Amino acid sequence: MSVDMRTYLAHVELANPITTAAGCAASGDELSQFVDLSRLGAFVTRSITMAPRAGRPTPRMAETPSGLLNAVGLQGPGVDVFLERELPRLVDRGARAVVSIGGGSVAEYTALARRLADAPGVTAVEVNLSCPNVEDLGRVFARDPAAAAEVVSSVRATMRYDVPVVAKLAPDAADIVAVARACVDGGADALAMINTPLGMSIDVDTMRPALAAGTGGLSGPAVRPLAVRCLWQVHAALPGVPIVGMGGVFSGRDALELILAGACVVSVGTALFHDPYACLRILRELEDLLKERGFERLADAVGLAQRPPGAGPRHRIDLEESSL
Amino acid sequence: MKETAGTAVQVTGTVLTTRRVDAYHALTVVAPGIAERFRPGHFVTVAVGGPHTSMPARRAFAVHDVKPDYGGTVELVFAVRGRGTAWLAERKARDTLDLVGPLGRPFPVPRDPAACVLVGGEYGSASLFALADVLQRRGCRVDFVLGAASADRVFGALRARRMGETTTLTTEDGSLGLRGRVTDALPSVIADARADVVYACGPMAMLRGVTAVAVEFDIPVQVSIEEAMACGYGVCMTCVVPVIGDDGVTRMVRSCVEGPVFRGERVRFEDIGTIPFDALGAPGGRAQEGGAHTRNVS
Repeated sequence: MSVDMRTYLAHVELANPITTAAGCAASGDELSQFVDLSRLGAFVTRSITMAPRAGRPTPRMAETPSGLLNAVGLQGPGVDVFLERELPRLVDRGARAVVSIGGGSVAEYTALARRLADAPGVTAVEVNLSCPNVEDLGRVFARDPAAAAEVVSSVRATMRYDVPVVAKLAPDAADIVAVARACVDGGADALAMINTPLGMSIDVDTMRPALAAGTGGLSGPAVRPLAVRCLWQVHAALPGVPIVGMGGVFSGRDALELILAGACVVSVGTALFHDPYACLRILRELEDLLKERGFERLADAVGLAQRPPGAGPRHRIDLEESSL
Repeated sequence: MKETAGTAVQVTGTVLTTRRVDAYHALTVVAPGIAERFRPGHFVTVAVGGPHTSMPARRAFAVHDVKPDYGGTVELVFAVRGRGTAWLAERKARDTLDLVGPLGRPFPVPRDPAACVLVGGEYGSASLFALADVLQRRGCRVDFVLGAASADRVFGALRARRMGETTTLTTEDGSLGLRGRVTDALPSVIADARADVVYACGPMAMLRGVTAVAVEFDIPVQVSIEEAMACGYGVCMTCVVPVIGDDGVTRMVRSCVEGPVFRGERVRFEDIGTIPFDALGAPGGRAQEGGAHTRNVS
């Protein structure tokens, strides 16, 4: 018996829970040399901005223990080129496109949402809240519940009603549950976490910061415990809200850990740099692990670690309804 | 064979031989699938540290040689520069390696026989020999200029002497060949060989110097760039360099998929490590592709 791997991102059904993570799969052309994008649960684009962006200077990447620091700076072609070239190619390849958007002001997010509202083939919109708010001294939207909620509600109001809006949260907020709750109150249909926390590395040979930008986002297995903690806290506080989990998922076991903490979709990011086949390998490993543990449906594992001890999958009948 | 060229594959390779070559390590890996798709200038990436590695970034290496033996082997030449390359240097025969390749755009080769000068710095010269093979099979004249800081860091001198019409060696400490840099010797080699094209692979500062010489002689120069990358196939966006396009617009392009081989005069070497103010999408600069901003023609 195979495991039913279907999952829901708000009301949208995905064939399986494994997606790429924003900013880790470029336009899709690169990954499609290796894997059939239509076999992913969804393809999450890099964060699209209104204008083309050249990003940050190099060096943009530094390896740290079980992690990577990066400061790419949302390099991308801008929304016009994205809609004209990249999105249609994703749709042609049969990928379900979750479009990540990034901006420096509420107006910019709203304008992006307006551009996406008429575009065919947008499965969901992910709002990257880790961008600096130029109207608020460069403070990151995700650190402030009110600023995050303002962006989300503005995107929600602009986007077509049938396209879920996913708020992507940063782990280095003072109170991630407060930010999550504000986003949901603002109209977010789902939450994604975690974006990369800020880190820094100094090259002791050159005695200079390893990244040109100084600080960068930390990703990879090093941040997985942070992701699990954030998922756990937010799922406990908002059990009905679907969560896209990510943070150092390199194997099926890692994906299962996030699912047990409360994720119903799992994104693969840094692992794609290590293994271009990572998404499909992790999906296969996850399915095997669920089967070994007696699950018939992925949905039964979501948030299971939060339920009382002894409430295993075989006693499913006694359990409360799945959060899906 | 032809239809497979250029498409990358991931394979589990088996180490056939390992050896030290002066300051460098050479690793021959049985990697069917990669060897048959290889063109000179391609590179491969290797996962380092084993199955539970703490090093998530792959390491990129130019391919020195491919041979049809054992279903296809690739040879990598590298220097130990960190934990990843140190791990790789410890591999022994029969160990397995996770390889992805061949990656990148290979060296373009002239249609008709031409006089080609191949310039290598340090172990960058490793990737020139497969190119020299192809060029010679097309009837091209090949001259080598190889250099490094010291004699033990000049790679491939013997093979260059066997293959090249002439071979000029330079070391900064004078321990082998001429004292100085490849760019000191290059003008006379270009003049003597009546070179039509220069190919170069090595450190960024050397590529910049070689490009300047070739521009002076008004001949095309193809440079293979080595910029730090995490993935090698275009998704991590970390290996960008400012390159001037056919339309005159500078873009931050990925050296893994748009390169690693570029026309030297298109690369803005002096601006590497920055975002040039006139690059597409630079902060406060050119905002739109083909937008209202006009290029400064001076």
